[in-house]
Formats: sequence, C-alpha cells, structure tokens
Amino acid sequence: MARKLPSKNVVVIGLGWTGSILSYELAKAGLDVVAIERGPWRDTATDFPPSYAQDELRYAVRLDLFLRPAQETLTFRNKADQTALPIRNFSGFLPGNGVGGAGIHWNGQTWRFLPTDFRLRSHLTERYGADMLPSDMTIQDWPVSYDDLEPYYDRFEKLCGTSGKAGNIKGTKQAGGNPFEGWRSSEYPTPPLKQGLGATLFADAARKLGHSPFPQPASNLSEAYTNPLGIRMGQCSYCGFCERFGCGNYSKASPQTCVLPALLRLPNFTAQTESEVLKINLDSTGKRATGVTYVDTSGNEWEQPADIVLLCAFSLFNVQLMLVSGIGQPYDPASGQGVVGRNYAYQTTSSVSLILKDKVLNPFIATGAHGMMIDDYNGDNFDHTNLGFVGGGYMGAGQTNARPIQTRPVPKGTPKWGAEWKKATAETYQHAFSLSTHGSSYSYRDCWLDLDPTYKDRLGRPLMRMTFDFHENELKMSAYLTERLAEIAKAMNPTEMQANPRKGPYDSTIYQTTHNTGGTVMGADPKTSVLNRYCQSWDVHNLFIPGGASVFPQNHGYNPTDTVGALAYWTSDAITQRYLKNPGPLV
Amino acid sequence: MGCLARFKNLNFDGTFAFDLLWFGKSALINLHRGPKAFGVWVMESKAPLCLSRRSFLASTTALLATSVSVVHARTFHQGMPWAPGAADLPPLTRPGPWVFFTADEAATIEAIVDRLIPPDDRGPGGKDAGCAVFIDRQLAGPYGHSEGLYTRPPFMPGSSTQGYQNPDSPAGRYRNGLKALADHIGESNGGKKFRELTASDQDKLLSNLENGSIKLKDVEAKAFFAMLLQDTQQGFFADPIYGGNRDMVGWKLIGFPGARYDYRDWVERHNEPYPLPPVGIMGRADWAAKG
Repeated sequence: MARKLPSKNVVVIGLGWTGSILSYELAKAGLDVVAIERGPWRDTATDFPPSYAQDELRYAVRLDLFLRPAQETLTFRNKADQTALPIRNFSGFLPGNGVGGAGIHWNGQTWRFLPTDFRLRSHLTERYGADMLPSDMTIQDWPVSYDDLEPYYDRFEKLCGTSGKAGNIKGTKQAGGNPFEGWRSSEYPTPPLKQGLGATLFADAARKLGHSPFPQPASNLSEAYTNPLGIRMGQCSYCGFCERFGCGNYSKASPQTCVLPALLRLPNFTAQTESEVLKINLDSTGKRATGVTYVDTSGNEWEQPADIVLLCAFSLFNVQLMLVSGIGQPYDPASGQGVVGRNYAYQTTSSVSLILKDKVLNPFIATGAHGMMIDDYNGDNFDHTNLGFVGGGYMGAGQTNARPIQTRPVPKGTPKWGAEWKKATAETYQHAFSLSTHGSSYSYRDCWLDLDPTYKDRLGRPLMRMTFDFHENELKMSAYLTERLAEIAKAMNPTEMQANPRKGPYDSTIYQTTHNTGGTVMGADPKTSVLNRYCQSWDVHNLFIPGGASVFPQNHGYNPTDTVGALAYWTSDAITQRYLKNPGPLV
Repeated sequence: MGCLARFKNLNFDGTFAFDLLWFGKSALINLHRGPKAFGVWVMESKAPLCLSRRSFLASTTALLATSVSVVHARTFHQGMPWAPGAADLPPLTRPGPWVFFTADEAATIEAIVDRLIPPDDRGPGGKDAGCAVFIDRQLAGPYGHSEGLYTRPPFMPGSSTQGYQNPDSPAGRYRNGLKALADHIGESNGGKKFRELTASDQDKLLSNLENGSIKLKDVEAKAFFAMLLQDTQQGFFADPIYGGNRDMVGWKLIGFPGARYDYRDWVERHNEPYPLPPVGIMGRADWAAKG
C-alpha cells in the first residue's frame, strides 16, 4: 500500500531535458515542484570528469550511462504477424537513464524542423496532389506552426549556447548559413565550431557541385558562454568522446551544464532519484490526474499527489506510462482507431565511407556535432515530382569520433582478423572517413507501440511492444539521398568509396539513432492525437507531455532535440500564462 | 587498498584546472611496473552522497570483480550535492592469476588471440597485448554474467533483427564453447590441443569456425567465433586499465592518441599527423617512472 506524501503543485516524471526545463520554469513561477527520476543523480565532476570520461569500453560498449534492460526494456518485431521478443541488450537505440536523461549522451546536433515540416500533409498534398502519398502513410500536420515555435527554438538554443551560422535572419538570407532553414529571430548564440580536413574536403566538393554547405549547428560550444540562467559553459576541446559519453568539459549542452545548477538553487524544487513512477493516478471521473505512485529502491511505494502532472520520460516510456495508467484510447492498427501508441516513427540514416590514402585526417579530433552539411535534399527542399517518394534529410561530413573499438575502417574485402586485417587496420585508420545522411521517417498505419501480452518488467508491468519496419517510401528516399551523397564523395577523389543506403528490414541490433518518435502525438483532432497544441492531454486536462519526441506526429529529416526543447518552452509558457489562470482544457 | 579521486573545481573562464585521478601511490606504481600483484584490483567507493553506484570488494588473493548495486532513492533539495573525493571510478585490472579461465582454457585463449591478432613487425599480437587477460577479467565481471540485461523468460527463437534470445551468459558461452572446441580438436587431431597445432592449422580451424563449417557439440560455432573475435579486438583497443592493449600497443598500431581530451590547437592543422604519443586513463608508464 502506497504511503501518501504531502501534495505538491507539480509532479514531474523524469528529469531529463524537458523535465529540467519545465521544473525550472514552473518553480521560477512560484510553484512547488517535485521531479521523480528513476535513474541515479549524475553530475559532471563525479560521473564523467575528463580524468576518466574517455573510456570507450565503459561508456560506448558497456553503455554505463544508459538504461539497463533489466530495469526496463521493450519487445520488438518488424511485422504484426511475428511474435515480439524482448530487446535483451539495447543496441539499435539507446535510451538514457538518470538525471539528465538522453541530454547527457546526445551528440549536440541542434536542428530546427523546416516550416513546411509543420504542415507536412497539407503541403505535400497542395504541391503534388493526394495521390503522391502511400495510402497507409499516416502523416499529419502539426498543431503548431514554425512561426509559433520560432521564439521557443531561439530560447532553447540560447539555453544551450548553440554554435552555428544562421542562413536566414528575419527573412534575409545570410551567406555561409543554411539557405533552406526557416527564419531566425537572431544569429546563433556562438560562432561555428572549427572544421577538420574531412569536413573541409566535403564542403569544397559540395560547393563545386552547386550545393550550399554550412557548419552543422552544434551544442558543443565553439567558445565559452554564459546562458540566460547564468550558467557558464566551456569551449569544446574536440576530444571525440561525445555521443554515448557525458561531457567532462562543460562544453556540451545538457541539463547538467545548462539547467540543474540554477534549478537546484530554487527552494521550491525537489528532485527524487532512483524512484520509478509506476503510474499516473486519476480521480473517479478519469478526467483529472491526482498525482503519481512511485516505488523507491527499497521497494516502498509512495503516492505523490499533485495539481499538475508533467510526463517527461524518454519518448518510448511516455507511451508506456500512458498505457499502463489507462489514459487515452490505445491505438488499434486493425481498425485504425485509438491514439496512444499511434504513429511511432524513427529515422532513416545511411552512409558513404571513404578512404583518402594521400590525406592525413586525424579522425579522432572530433565533436558530436561539428562538420559541414548540406540541406538541399531535406524535407521538400527539392522537387519530388517523379521521384516516387516523399521526405528527405540533411547529409554531410559529421564524423563524430574515431574511437578504435567501434570505428576501425578497412578496405572492402579485408579479412576480419589475422595478419592482413592487422596490416589493413594500421594502414587505413588515419585515412578513412565517413559521410552520412540523416533522413525522415514518416508514420504508417502498421508501425505502432502497445503493451506486450507476454513479457513483464521487474515491477510486473507489461513491457511495451514496438512493431516497426522501414517502408518502401523511406528506402527509396534513402537510396536517392545516398546516391546524391556518393556524387559529392566521388568529387573528393577518394582512393576507395562505398555507399551504404539503408536497406530493410529494420534491424534492432544495429545502432542507427535514438530518435524514437511518436506514440503520444500532438494534433488538432482528438481522434488522431493524444495531446492538443499545448501538449496537454485531450482526456486529462492537468496532464501535459511537454515536448518529448513522443509528441511528434512523424519524424522529419533532422535530429529531434531542438524541437523537443522548443516544445518544452512552448508548453511551459502555455501552463504559466494560460493554464494557471484558468485550469482546464486549453483547446 | 583503496583509492581516491580528487577534482578541483572548474575555472569558468573557459579554462579548466583538474586534478587527475589520485590513486594510492603503491597502486599507481604497481600498475606500471607490473610487480606480482594478485587478482583484480578493485576500488572501494566511498560515495557519501551516493554518487557512485559501484561497490567493490578487495582482496589480496584472486577474486571476482563483483559489481554490487548499492543504489538508494535520494532526495536533492536546495543546492547541488558535492563531496570531495566522490567519484564513480572505473575498475582496474592487474596482472596475476586467471580469474575466470582454468589454466587449460587460458592457454587455448592465448593461442587463439595470438592468431586473431598475430604478432608481426608492426607490434605485439593479441597474447602479449593482454587480450586473454582482458577477456578473463570481463568474463569474471558484469559482462560475463549478463548483468543489467533483460534475462526473463520465456526464451524463444526469433529473427536476426530481434537480437540475442538465449539464456546463456557470455561466461557460460565461453565455458561451453571452449570445451566443445577442445573436444572437437581432440577428436579430429589425435588428442592434440589447439595450442599444439601449427599456426596454419590454427588459422584453418578458426576460419572454419568463422564460416560455420565446423559443427561443435551444443555450441553454435559461428556465434562463438564472433564473440571471441569481438572480445579480442575490444581488449586490443580498450583502455589498458582493463588488462588488454598493454602499453597501448593497439593504439600505437593505428595512431589513436587515447584518452586525451584537448585537440583545440590541432583541429585546423590539416594533413599533419597528430604528433603526441597515446595516453591512457592511468597515464603512461614513463610518467610513473619519473614520479
């Protein structure tokens, strides 16, 4: 039996990016806030200082900072007629764990979605006609526009100190930036990072072919910076231990480097760690949340009553908590009815690997988000007439590391071991480089999340079940983008190159990204969305999911974090400026 | 035997002054001079604020490195927690007797890793690099016991896209795999052991494991080989604190500078090989010798 704690104004589930931003904003507004986090406390100096953070085995291979499957995992299958089996060891995507969440181990790639992405279905239908879209594709317009979100993108980038070069300030094109991006109210907070040889060669080749390369927007900072919360960040040192690692240098934006020091000073905020929320509690009408029940490490259950519940877990687990709490109608792919778990999407990535024998690349000098990119083939930046697919992605030279357990390229045909392997490994390491595409993943009727009928977590709750496969539209898109990238690669005069377009079926054992989106989609229609345009539950008005990637109606050709951060600020303004004055449905 | 890590706080003027890890002096010297040490040297976590999740047992005899979960629910309020010396340090592996392998298993593994990564004029092979020691200590630790993985039944065969679906841990797979391999070699080579075969026969055997043309009793040869190769190469390129990559030979082979963290002066020096030698988490042998 859960013991009841004194009531709070706000209970926050999960203390990652959205949880820490919402906690700060709402505590600052005078509310009494408690955040409940299932993982441990983490801080730079104690958990990943530069004295031992550069440990590839521990962090990148044994995944020290990540969620352990024993704690929570999900089951997976490609198709509905298969039996889903548990992901026993995360490898295809890597949910975070602990205070800071995925904000600790991300790469810092800080991209905005395109203005047309926010009205995707309307835009594509207007330009190409409704017949262009496959009948089982369930993409939909966002309930917010780019213009709505622009100030909030700006706010999140200023929180992070993002380094980059604007391509469009208030409608005026800027040389050196991304000419395709939506308008920005201001330049990036800090100038672009420096570029290594690989990225420089890529940019030269892309320019020669008529493309518009620009530095990738990076929340690994090019110079020291003080953010609006008064927190000082350091200059990135290009150590090459970024994704899968915490930054020991205070250079990569994270809740630790951007929010927590200010948040923990607020007397009306409390963080409770190693405590897992079991469910969101509802009153007898089912229309109001009364708080949450959580279990601590001693197995004691606690009820935390609150006026407002904010679901800020990793996107996949937002969906699970909605399902186990019985909030919203679960999605049924057979009928197409229901919303919770609907429109799960991912990302469609590919690569072109190169060997440049006459160049010394020092590929280990890297950060998670440096590099030069082109956006010519993203979203609807290019004419899709007669291409047979919709969608796109950015592409370019953004190799994030050359850590040798996992990054050790050899020429094609090299044996996997023995004398020849050793020789090829030694001779190739300094001269190999990888280019990549980062493409959209649109949503489909047969890609969804629900509760597994067989497997349970350590707390006895059903695991979430993922049913997902790549569709022809995405594979065609990946083939097309990878061909374009290979053209640029060829212009770099490589000794050897190999294009690796994405092929199906989706393989949960091969790391691609941790951009798992959808399942608690925001939208204009409660029949096709879980949340309204303020990320507020249609069914339970004092429950918000403030911007986790689970709210994306589909995934676009960019990394999700900038949009996640923008939606967090968008929701926090909706709560402080509208909801608190008149608690109830905002739409 | 204990250890501490101390950190100076940071100068937020864009520069950082860190005290590197401060280990017990004898441990630091021992590690680099390689005296007769025993088992796995492990550290005790103090963690007054529960900032560490690892707790280790130490002994002067061979022991298992056991990661014990000591998490407790905690409340943080009004200020960032801070305590000197609190850190979540990596475990250290020291030379010494085998922890997981029997002497016979270890001799086989040493022979195998030396064919997977043979010694040549570019540098040592897998054996002298410590790959067998690395695998031994990993199998005795959390990796060997599938710690943290989802190991609840039912176990059912699935498609390759669904990942490993077998209750056996890496430790069990090694034990069974090495036994099945020894039996196979004994039967097909008149009672010989792997290490008694010629190098070219060893390579032939490994190739046949790799392509699955050898059938081992109750063990899937291909998967066993893949695991052997993966773990050997991990040992060759992981930080030397884990027992492999001895003297950073793996990093020297390819030109990886190791656990460095500041390349700011080198980002834009295109086409120039980075000139400094590699450094591990515990520094370099020559640092200790000078100290």
